[in-house]
Amino acid sequence: MAEPLPPRTPFGLAEPLRRRIGPVGIVERFDLALVSLAERQGKAEAFATAARAAGIPLPGPARRAEAPPFAAFWVAPGMWFVEAPLDTHPDPVAALKPVFGAAASLSEQTDAWVRLELAAGDLAPLLERLCNVDYATAPDGFATRTLIEHLGCYLIRLGPGAATLLGPRSSAESLLHAIETAAAAIA
Amino acid sequence: MSGPFRLPSGGLIDRGRTLRFTFDGRAFAGHPGDTLASALLAGGVRLMGRSFKYHRPRGPLSAGSEEPNALVTLRSGARAEPNTRATVAEIYDGLQATSQNRWPSLRFDLMAVNDLIHPFLAAGFYYKTFMWPARFWERLYEPLIRRAAGLGRLSGEADPDGYDKGFRHCDLLVIGAGPAGLMAALTAGRAGARVILADEDFLPGGRLNAERLEVADMPGADWAAAVVAELAALPNLRLMPRTTVIGAFDHGIYGAVERVADHLPEPPPGRPRQVLWRIYARRAVLAAGATERPIAFPGNDRPGVMLAGAMRAYANRWAVAAGRRVALFVNNEDGLRTAADLAERGVEVVAVIDARPEGARLPGLRHLRGAEVVATAGRLGLRSVTLRHSDGRRETIAADALGVSGGWNPNLQLTVHHRGRPRWDEAIAAFVPGPGGPPGLAAAGAAAGLMSTHGALASGRARALEALADLGIAARAADLPRAEDAPVSLRPVWHVAGARGRAWIDQQNDVTVKDIALAHAENFTGAEHLKRYTTLGMATDQGRTGNVIGLAVMAGLTGRSIAETGTTAARPPYTPVAIGALAGRSRGKAFRPVRLTPSHRWAEEQGAVFVEAGLWLRTQYIPRPGETHWRQSVDREVLATRASVGICDVSTLGKIDIQGADAGAFLDRVYANTFSTLPVGRCRYGIMLREDGIVFDDGTTARLAEDEWVMTTTTANAVAVFRHLEFCRQCLWPALDVQLISTTEAWAQYSVAGPNARRLLERIVDQDISDAAFPYMAAGRVTVCGGLRARLFRISFSGELAYEIAVPARYGDGLIRALVEAGRDFDAVVYGTEALGVLRVEKGHVAGGELNGQMTALNMGLGRMVSRKKDAIGVVLSGREGLTDPGGHRLVGVRPVDPSAGLTAGSHLLEPGAAKVAENDLGWLTSKVYSPHLGHDIALAYLRGGEARIGSRMRAVNLLAGTETEVEITSPHFIDPQGERLRG
Repeated sequence: MAEPLPPRTPFGLAEPLRRRIGPVGIVERFDLALVSLAERQGKAEAFATAARAAGIPLPGPARRAEAPPFAAFWVAPGMWFVEAPLDTHPDPVAALKPVFGAAASLSEQTDAWVRLELAAGDLAPLLERLCNVDYATAPDGFATRTLIEHLGCYLIRLGPGAATLLGPRSSAESLLHAIETAAAAIA
Repeated sequence: MSGPFRLPSGGLIDRGRTLRFTFDGRAFAGHPGDTLASALLAGGVRLMGRSFKYHRPRGPLSAGSEEPNALVTLRSGARAEPNTRATVAEIYDGLQATSQNRWPSLRFDLMAVNDLIHPFLAAGFYYKTFMWPARFWERLYEPLIRRAAGLGRLSGEADPDGYDKGFRHCDLLVIGAGPAGLMAALTAGRAGARVILADEDFLPGGRLNAERLEVADMPGADWAAAVVAELAALPNLRLMPRTTVIGAFDHGIYGAVERVADHLPEPPPGRPRQVLWRIYARRAVLAAGATERPIAFPGNDRPGVMLAGAMRAYANRWAVAAGRRVALFVNNEDGLRTAADLAERGVEVVAVIDARPEGARLPGLRHLRGAEVVATAGRLGLRSVTLRHSDGRRETIAADALGVSGGWNPNLQLTVHHRGRPRWDEAIAAFVPGPGGPPGLAAAGAAAGLMSTHGALASGRARALEALADLGIAARAADLPRAEDAPVSLRPVWHVAGARGRAWIDQQNDVTVKDIALAHAENFTGAEHLKRYTTLGMATDQGRTGNVIGLAVMAGLTGRSIAETGTTAARPPYTPVAIGALAGRSRGKAFRPVRLTPSHRWAEEQGAVFVEAGLWLRTQYIPRPGETHWRQSVDREVLATRASVGICDVSTLGKIDIQGADAGAFLDRVYANTFSTLPVGRCRYGIMLREDGIVFDDGTTARLAEDEWVMTTTTANAVAVFRHLEFCRQCLWPALDVQLISTTEAWAQYSVAGPNARRLLERIVDQDISDAAFPYMAAGRVTVCGGLRARLFRISFSGELAYEIAVPARYGDGLIRALVEAGRDFDAVVYGTEALGVLRVEKGHVAGGELNGQMTALNMGLGRMVSRKKDAIGVVLSGREGLTDPGGHRLVGVRPVDPSAGLTAGSHLLEPGAAKVAENDLGWLTSKVYSPHLGHDIALAYLRGGEARIGSRMRAVNLLAGTETEVEITSPHFIDPQGERLRG
């Protein structure tokens, strides 16, 4: 039997990335599981019941909500991305499927994304150079899909100076380059 | 004092500091607040450029972004930027500016010979001359003309500076910070609305900075500065100086270029030179002001002749006298202000030549009513002006500067970016914004044709209040500051009739009144025809000073009104934009994002050569020491795979999770073949058709559970297929219970192929994968390396015993290393896309070259896969008569009769002896490789009636490459046609 395989971040590293460019801090999170949760047709009631039983919040469009150990954000009608700590939920589909049964479709998304936590006194000057989200007026908990340098990303506002960015894993380096360039321009 | 023409006091410049710069190598000095043009004029330089066609000496006509003449190259080396307007370029210490379009020097330009032969170079001359011999046009005439004509030259070096782009949002975008814009911004800013106030100038204030007019009983410039100070302190207002709004686009989006560092020697580290902003504005006020227009008269282009308003701006804002003895030629009241201002500042005004016969005369000045300028003199600069008095008498006056005012044209360009048509306003003899402009955009002030300061302030406030009311934002009307409200009082004079010599209309393109007449004579009378025939209104200034005069002259010739003549459509950008600003960060390696596979870093360590596949970088082949040619590496990878085992990263294939109670039915509708009957734990090859019956994509789909499937697409079509499935799910069959999500990025997937594939994988996979336990086309969940969850598919693209193994992407790097290690004693290779291509062509599998958007399943030899037992997208139309012709294209194999002969990709197949013409074309080679097993080139091809031709000989002809090879048509399956290996 072969040795267990070592995980690597989207940047090909063993440890999550940390960068600081001027006022902007970039910290990669590599310890969260992500799963897509989609309501099946005609199963609204069973779906809602299962979500309650599991303790998973189901926020409305363009919103993220937390209910530890879970957090969830809306991605499409009847569809959410659910986050949970990887150490307690190493196989989130296996963990949630029994709760939802035929009321939901679950698909693992953990490794489809690179997750970057952005921090600055005010993130609006950085984000206005990256995407067309009106970050300054968005409420905390705002979650949206947006385009950054041709890359489809999810941007979640945690506060005026804190945001989560989920970008496609394979383009992690291109995304980082865009953020670093924009950060240098406002440094 | 910075130059002999600098006035002793006044001006919005910082006399306490001196900035040194050079023009054509000569040293000059200016002050902060100066433009290149104002500093050069202060230094006594009137000659700043040579004209486009005739190389005539030219000086600045204007003091703004409309400048047609004073085009210079700023900076040097890689930072050199040609065709910038000296009238808006801020000087800085060390600025190098160079004149252009002259040889050997600006003062002595040999190309000015063009001016002597001007009768041969009239409008449209290149349509009539240089016709013979025809082949000389491209080789000789055009290069000659291009060399003689023109603007500055690019450095040819890469721009060392960065450019950025971004997005901003506001309730109200105010375009222009003159009196109208400031009042609009003040009104909206005080109301708490989110406001962006953008102005192309580095000093907000617009014309208030150029006038001595008072606003609120203080100098206009002081009022502007006070308002700007108040605005700058508002948290809800963003002031964007040095920012030109270049276009009005859809849905309230405006493009704006911010010149962040053009006024600095070079941008600070990391900072961009310019930023292209996309401004999302709920409402916008266009307060872009107006542009003065000249009057056409003979010799009106000499350095020293400039717009009267510009002359006034140079005196008031920059404290620069345009000359020692200044004359004016005006047809409206505003032009008289220049005379008064210059006289007030001690500049000698030798004559005010006023085309209007009636009215009061300016006190203390020689104000000639009903007079016109008929000639000027001076080779490199104005020396004298000849005028014709109202009684016909001529008089020549010594003057080194002549201010001209023919009226003002509203800067309404943005209002016509959505194809709105401007309206002709007789009262000011100018086009004003008409109906049909961009929704949410309203013009104020001079841009709306309101030419007084009071009109600007009042309309700026009114437009802002309307916009705020529209948005439901409560606002109070601020008190209007007291300001002049003088009438325009204009008598249209477009060109001086009855005067000999060339009278210039469009100075940038050297278009004269005679050129307009020629266009009229040759029936190019429409506004758009006139523009294209004469080049009126083209190039960097877009005819902002010349267009309306040209149209007016044409109207005079045709007898139609100017309104009937119409005007050309203004399009973005309002002023020239550097390509770098449009590119933004997308340059060099960052031109577009790249996608890296999970094995990328491992492959880099091995010295892999990568190939672009869309945004992906895939391993093309991995050379080993001693291999000097790519074919050596590829042949080795292919032979080793078929001999033992090869590993290939196939993570780039699209992976789509399809779940739901109706997922099977859904697949039956999107695939031409049946999937709903597939047992759990099995996968199947499927072909997907477009609505028109042509093959769209192919791939395998596995059933992991009763209601859970995972579809594989080609790398190229991963996004297109997902989009197609979403369309089907949401729009075609919303009643089906199906959920889709892409998992392409979530999994690292490797193909393991070759006779030893199973033996290798048995060292990795924790479960039994014997042929009995995991037969051909099995699929399912397994664990690897002691418990890591994985997916295993027994599918083959190579024709070998093969598997695809997938693990969560974070383990992809570990898995490739584990596979290589586990395969070491099998001499396992990792192969790239080239070997992948060879293996699949040897096996006769279709890929990009065959999935070309023209072929049906029948053409590909897959006709039996199209199930008639059910309906699916494309099935009906794939049965169309023209697509089912037995003599139509079929996929075949091709090999050279002489094994040593090569095949050329893209060759066309012809019968022996047939002429090499399109009518005899029977098909073409779609994919060609060298097969190391067979020892010669092989190819796949589409051939008419292909099946019937197997065994026959044809010619593969490539007229582009100049090759012709005798070939034999074969089955497309070169290796193991019975498929025994893959079932092993």
